[in-house]
Amino acid sequence: MANKRIDEATGVETVGHSWDGIEELNNPLPRWWLWTLYATIIFAIGYMIVYPAIPLANKATEGLWGWSSRGQLAGEMQAEEARRAGTLAALAATPIEQLAGKPDLMRAAIEGGRAAFRVNCVQCHGSGAAGSKGYPNLRDDDWLWGGTIKDIETTLVNGIRQPGNDATRQSLMPNFGKDGILPPADIAAVADHVLSLTGKSAANARGAQLFADNCAACHGADAKGGRQFGAPNLADAIWLYGGKRDQVMGSIHQAHAGVMPAWGGKLDPVTIKMLAAYVHSLGGGEDFVAATAAAPAATPARGEANAQP
Amino acid sequence: MLSPEPAKVSYYEKRKAVFPKVVSGPFRRFKWLMLVVTLGIYYLTPWLRWDRGPYAPDQAVLVDLANRRFYMFSIEIWPHEFYFVAGLLIMAGIGLFLITSAFGRAWCGYSCPQTIWTDLFQHVDRLIDGDRNAQLKLEAGPWNAAKVFKRGLKWSIYLAISFWTGGAWIMYFADAPTLTVDFWTGQAAPVAYATVGVLTATTFVFGGFMREQVCIYMCPWPRIQTAMLDEKSLIVTYKDWRGEQRGSVKAKERQPDVIGDCVDCNQCVAVCPTGYDIRNGPDIACITCGLCIDACDKVMVQLGRPRGLIDYATLEDCEHERAGGERRSILKTALHWRTLVYFGVWAAIGAGLLFALGTRQRIDLSVAKDRNPPFMLLSNGEVRNDYTLKLRNMETRPRPMSVTLEGLPGAVMWTDEMGRDAASRELQFTVAPDQTKPVRVYVVAPEGTEEAEFTFVLAARDREAGGDRAETRFDAPEEDNDE
Repeated sequence: MANKRIDEATGVETVGHSWDGIEELNNPLPRWWLWTLYATIIFAIGYMIVYPAIPLANKATEGLWGWSSRGQLAGEMQAEEARRAGTLAALAATPIEQLAGKPDLMRAAIEGGRAAFRVNCVQCHGSGAAGSKGYPNLRDDDWLWGGTIKDIETTLVNGIRQPGNDATRQSLMPNFGKDGILPPADIAAVADHVLSLTGKSAANARGAQLFADNCAACHGADAKGGRQFGAPNLADAIWLYGGKRDQVMGSIHQAHAGVMPAWGGKLDPVTIKMLAAYVHSLGGGEDFVAATAAAPAATPARGEANAQP
Repeated sequence: MLSPEPAKVSYYEKRKAVFPKVVSGPFRRFKWLMLVVTLGIYYLTPWLRWDRGPYAPDQAVLVDLANRRFYMFSIEIWPHEFYFVAGLLIMAGIGLFLITSAFGRAWCGYSCPQTIWTDLFQHVDRLIDGDRNAQLKLEAGPWNAAKVFKRGLKWSIYLAISFWTGGAWIMYFADAPTLTVDFWTGQAAPVAYATVGVLTATTFVFGGFMREQVCIYMCPWPRIQTAMLDEKSLIVTYKDWRGEQRGSVKAKERQPDVIGDCVDCNQCVAVCPTGYDIRNGPDIACITCGLCIDACDKVMVQLGRPRGLIDYATLEDCEHERAGGERRSILKTALHWRTLVYFGVWAAIGAGLLFALGTRQRIDLSVAKDRNPPFMLLSNGEVRNDYTLKLRNMETRPRPMSVTLEGLPGAVMWTDEMGRDAASRELQFTVAPDQTKPVRVYVVAPEGTEEAEFTFVLAARDREAGGDRAETRFDAPEEDNDE
């Protein structure tokens, strides 16, 4: 450095740089600072010996302590599983009808179901469980196959229209138009009759007669549906496949016969119980008993509860 | 000071141990006062009790992290009121500027924890090893039995003070008597032991050994101070025009026109807790504790010369005095316009916080609407929206409350606890003391209701009354629905 000089005011040599006339004095560092540097170097060497550090051709050195992020995750998962084991065992031992009497267990089931729903159910029913056209809304008060927690569990275990499962939810609406059972004009008349039940169309006497002959067996004389066959209520505001005239006619022409997998063979009984509890808790569940009402003692003594109710 | 070639450039320098001499005087007395007051506040505050009734802790000052509450005498702060703490921190920040503007580095000199504990540890040094000369002698002497004993004793006292310091810290975060018992019976949380361990170590190392090194090399505040001080700032300064040229009393008698008031007795350096020679001018190492003023004044009085050769002054005043002007009062500096502006801002924030504190509600309602799905069509054509209400009772007693719907004609609501059959436009709750009650509420409006804004109104149904409102939105299907 060419410009090193002795600073007049302090008698200390400068380092030789000048930034817009500002120079730096070459004051010595405190020695403890040097020791701190050495200490960090020694720490780093130790760290490299006990932890994975040096990348080699196939993998990094493993380190004396054998730590790995996968191992740590496995350990944490194991600890979490051990923590849950008691609750899961209790859930397995409790028939689903009795869950409502055990608020702590019910709460755990609902939270577990919330997680399992996101993995298994959102693909069709949506992340908010509101469904979409062809996929039922699980939060409303309309249930094709029953809305008690037991009904929901049965539907989950056996699915809907699953071949080879005797207990599956089974029914079959004829394809009135496609199979030539009714001519198009009759289908239009039936559709008008059905729509007239909710005031969307004028009354149609011929349609009413056709309905009584062809549809009332499953949907009921008053068209309020029947859970035995999963026959939808045609006199309410909810239309799974659309409630416009052409949509209703389409459904009569060719029935939809929607399906749902039988989860009994895919998920363990406890997960299914939790899913049933969660779906049942979304505001539409029939015979719902609030888990929070019976157990004030289980809530934390003080503090801001952040958990979803 | 020009030397042609530095003898040897050393890149690293061993700490030159400082053995400050004992001194007495007004600044020393003020430092004693600050030492006792600040340490007293720090060590004793957690043990003060404050009755808050059966539902809240009775510790006067408590940072209850687990339950997310901050208690300070009659004030209780909830997490959503954290702006009070933020306001206090802003006031503390501006307070540092204010003090700097009015009194220079007064924080460094009198109330910084590093200064206080260093001072305390230096008193321990004097208690065990004696004053400066004895300390110097012991430091230079061989490691004989006496020195080993004295060092062992002194470091044990350091350790005891450090441990007490670390131990006092955790008492602010839990009930002090309970935590003390838990701590000694091994039942306290691991974080309590870790905190005490870390704070004991830092107090021991920073107060016992690093001392002025922390101020000179580690702390950012002196660097910020160098940018904040100007010629109008109060600093401790040596009046060189009066002191120079240094010389003995006899030399001054021989040459009264050449020799100044400084007799080069080095007392100012001997008493300095950072070992700085103030006669070299303002420096980061000078924490402006004023002990050199005490030391120099004493010598000046003995010699029959006017006090204040080293004194608090601004550089502007120094110029004024150098030119033969009268000594100015330091009050003038303290009332400088910049100081007044800082004080105005500081006081305005404080007044705002006090006003907010005095008028704040102890009951609170917040509403989160379910947005997925935004609404549900029910069989009979009605429309349902779901909401999560949070009813906060910030009093330390249970309170009955009601929630009513305002707007949304024809709508009713219910909760899981009561069921649809009991739906109405008003819900009754009892919220436990000092607690938030989360409630899931289903609001259903008649067929044909269009999307609208409406309000949940919370009211306390007891003598004290009070309430809160939360506006939210009701979503509904559009007229011509495809589905």
